[in-house]
Amino acid sequence: MLDIRLYMLQRITALIMAPLTLGHIAVMIYAIQGGLSAAEILGRTQGSFWWMLFYGSFVIAVAIHGAIGLRVVVHETFGMKGAGLTVLTWMVAAGLAIMGLYAVIAVTVAP
Amino acid sequence: MNSQGHRKHGLWLAFALHRLSGVALALFLPLHFYVLSLALNQPEQLDGFLRWSDQPLVKAAEFGLIFLLAVHIFGGLRLMALEWLPWSPKQKTFAAAAVAAALFVSGGFLLSAM
Amino acid sequence: MPIETEELSVSVWRGDQKGGEFEEFSVPARQNQTVLDVVAYIQQNIDPALTYRFACRVGMCGSCAMMVNGEPRWTCRTHVNNAAKGNRLEIAPLRNLPVIKDLAADMDPFFDKWVGAEGVHHASRSRDEPIAPVDPTDSNRLEASEGIECINCAVCYAACDTVAANDDYLGPAALQRAWTLYNDTKDSGQAAILDAVSGKGGCHTCHSQGGCSLYCPNELNPMKAIAGLKRASAASFFGWHRPSTRRDS
Repeated sequence: MLDIRLYMLQRITALIMAPLTLGHIAVMIYAIQGGLSAAEILGRTQGSFWWMLFYGSFVIAVAIHGAIGLRVVVHETFGMKGAGLTVLTWMVAAGLAIMGLYAVIAVTVAP
Repeated sequence: MNSQGHRKHGLWLAFALHRLSGVALALFLPLHFYVLSLALNQPEQLDGFLRWSDQPLVKAAEFGLIFLLAVHIFGGLRLMALEWLPWSPKQKTFAAAAVAAALFVSGGFLLSAM
Repeated sequence: MPIETEELSVSVWRGDQKGGEFEEFSVPARQNQTVLDVVAYIQQNIDPALTYRFACRVGMCGSCAMMVNGEPRWTCRTHVNNAAKGNRLEIAPLRNLPVIKDLAADMDPFFDKWVGAEGVHHASRSRDEPIAPVDPTDSNRLEASEGIECINCAVCYAACDTVAANDDYLGPAALQRAWTLYNDTKDSGQAAILDAVSGKGGCHTCHSQGGCSLYCPNELNPMKAIAGLKRASAASFFGWHRPSTRRDS
């Protein structure tokens, strides 16, 4: 179902996300101790260029990776193909990217 | 057709878990992004949500999500090694190790959350 | 374990490309019998219209491959004692292939995909040149030799869920053959093979479920071969070509 180009996009975004995800889980384990609050989270992330870069690239990679992944699942489970499947793929990618980048801005732009 | 014996072996289960975790994460992400975006204009709502999430059932669900995330990455890394590194016959061992590592990581989260 | 009863209760799929259903037969249980013996008994003693294939009946040709209790097997090498659930057997034509009649599947799509994966010899020399040397200890030759005993029985093809879910997926047998030729010093079609296996139904569709290697009666490893193709095509994608081991013709 995947030709080599989509396969490469899928695999390369996966490799990009591997360290980002492990970093994210590590931060979650650190942050959850003593309970979560908006102030604690935003105090760490707002105004930070590096967190914006970290989560910004994370979002773009996951939008591509998730869209291609769901493309394969939808094709193999429901048999969808052709233009309909391509439209769905782009919609998933765009949806995740837009919502994700909005969240990144919300969390990293200085108030 | 009965039996479906081809779905009872380790590497097929690894595939199924990878697919299930991927779909679950893809469906979860919009919700996650929405909650975080509250920080921009409705920080009190975000705070309220975080306070609400401080209960055992939610923590258990978060543990489940982190398990799915970790097993998806570790399983994915196993696949990348299978595809791009020299062949290893120990695929079932690696698949089991991926599940174990995911339990370890998500268990670490759960313990930290208590 | 040995069958305790005197009769086997056998469900056999009957029909053709338009459809069909399972029909029940009662077959005498014997101490030592294969599923092929059971099918032959039904056709010889109960219903001569039952269609099925076999040839060597000793596990060399692969013609008798069918679904036995949901798993693709060579029926001549499947003992009823091992396969039956209690005294029940369910026998059907190979999965993932169209049906001609009853237990005979149409192998055309399987062979079309074999050719589609460039599983054909690409000559590199003419009769006027010396034969390309084959070093039996060369790592590429060892890699190729692991897959050359495929007898095209389509058991791996029937075992694969990815084949079931993707009409255009070339499948484990065809891809394994492509990999053996890719590693063969006598074959000059490396670029053509990578092209053929990098399209929509190529090796990148494989999810490494491993059903192919699990069920191959010859104990071959198509999953490993497909991983090799993924490695080779990725290297080619990044511009890192494996140095050729053969003289250009």
